[in-house]
Amino acid sequence: MRSLFGRKEKSASAAKERLKLVLIHDRTDLPPGMMEDLRDELIEVISRHIDVDREMVSIEIAQDGRNQRLVADIPLQTPKRRRSR
Amino acid sequence: MSGKVITITSGKGGVGKTTAAANIGAALAMQGYKVTCIDADIGLRNLDVILGLENRIVYDLVDIIEGRCRLRQAMIRDKRLPELYLIPAAQTRDKSAVSPSDMARLGDELKAEMDYVIVDSPAGIERGFRNAIAPADQVVIITNPEVSAVRDADRIIGLVEAEEKGPATLIINRINAQMVQRGEMLGAEDILELLAVDLIGMVPEDSNVIVSSNRGMPVAFDDKSKAGEAFRNIAKRLAGEEVPFMDLDATPGLMDRLSRFMRSGGN
Ligand SMILES: Nc1ncnc2c1ncn2[C@@H]1O[C@H](COP(=O)(O)OP(=O)(O)OP(=O)(O)O)[C@@H](O)[C@H]1O
Ligand SMILES: [Mg+2]
Repeated sequence: MRSLFGRKEKSASAAKERLKLVLIHDRTDLPPGMMEDLRDELIEVISRHIDVDREMVSIEIAQDGRNQRLVADIPLQTPKRRRSR
Repeated sequence: MSGKVITITSGKGGVGKTTAAANIGAALAMQGYKVTCIDADIGLRNLDVILGLENRIVYDLVDIIEGRCRLRQAMIRDKRLPELYLIPAAQTRDKSAVSPSDMARLGDELKAEMDYVIVDSPAGIERGFRNAIAPADQVVIITNPEVSAVRDADRIIGLVEAEEKGPATLIINRINAQMVQRGEMLGAEDILELLAVDLIGMVPEDSNVIVSSNRGMPVAFDDKSKAGEAFRNIAKRLAGEEVPFMDLDATPGLMDRLSRFMRSGGN
């Protein structure tokens, strides 16, 4: 299979990457589409207290052995930018 | 004597549970242990033909549970080995004829006389699977190096943990070394990283498996077969012996990294 850039990805690496995501969602019983909702709701709650850089917020589920953890990276708006607004 | 019940299960069908149960049972018996194999795949009996004992069946698992025969009467002795027995599945009944507590009781009774009881589980995550793991002291999950089998193995590992029968150990079956080398098949390291369980064996794809199943002679009897050797090694590891992993991938250094992974994986 050729990727869009003409580079040939080995099918075993493709299998591994796909399985990583599938297993995370199987184990947490969290459908892939739910992450977007979760992200939006998190942003909403947090921005009630503090300004966050909405575009840069990322949340993902990381694997830690057979356990999963939800990792959120929520950059805050710098006070300087807040003043210039 | 108090033996150990080892259940072989998989989630996905057709990955090699029956082949593994027959060969691990036979290999343990070759080492001199007293072994009984139970075919828990009620309605889809197969362990009898793989062991070559199909012509000697009179009673089956459901006959024992429903009290139509004594335990000993349903245990078919394999005459090629000193102490290998088979309890065949019923062919004309279904899984609801047996309950998990029936299986746990049977396991206890057999453990009093045997060193090892090997249970061949049906595919799936329903009643048949629950029956098969109910008596288990140890659960061995078998998978193939492909996405659907690995995904199902992960589900089963989770269910085994939830039933407090964990931690399960893993057999990767039907490895094609050339494909792994070309990067076209998941390697053992990839699968262990994804599933985060301990490995107990790797079995190559080997046409001798089919040849021996044609004859009803477990491939573990075959000195020249790679798969046979892999199953004999698994039996030794289950019996507590330390046996290095066969170099199936032939990637330099892989075996070192794997054995390090195993050690750090704890046990
Ligand atoms: N290492 C191997 N090399 C080649 N063929 C194999 C190997 N292991 C298993 N097979 C073949 O794969 C097929 C399925 O094996 P087996 O019946 O043991 O699977 P199973 O998991 O018990 O299936 P089921 O879920 O139907 O009970 C058989 O035809 C068997 O001969
Ligand atoms: Mg089977």
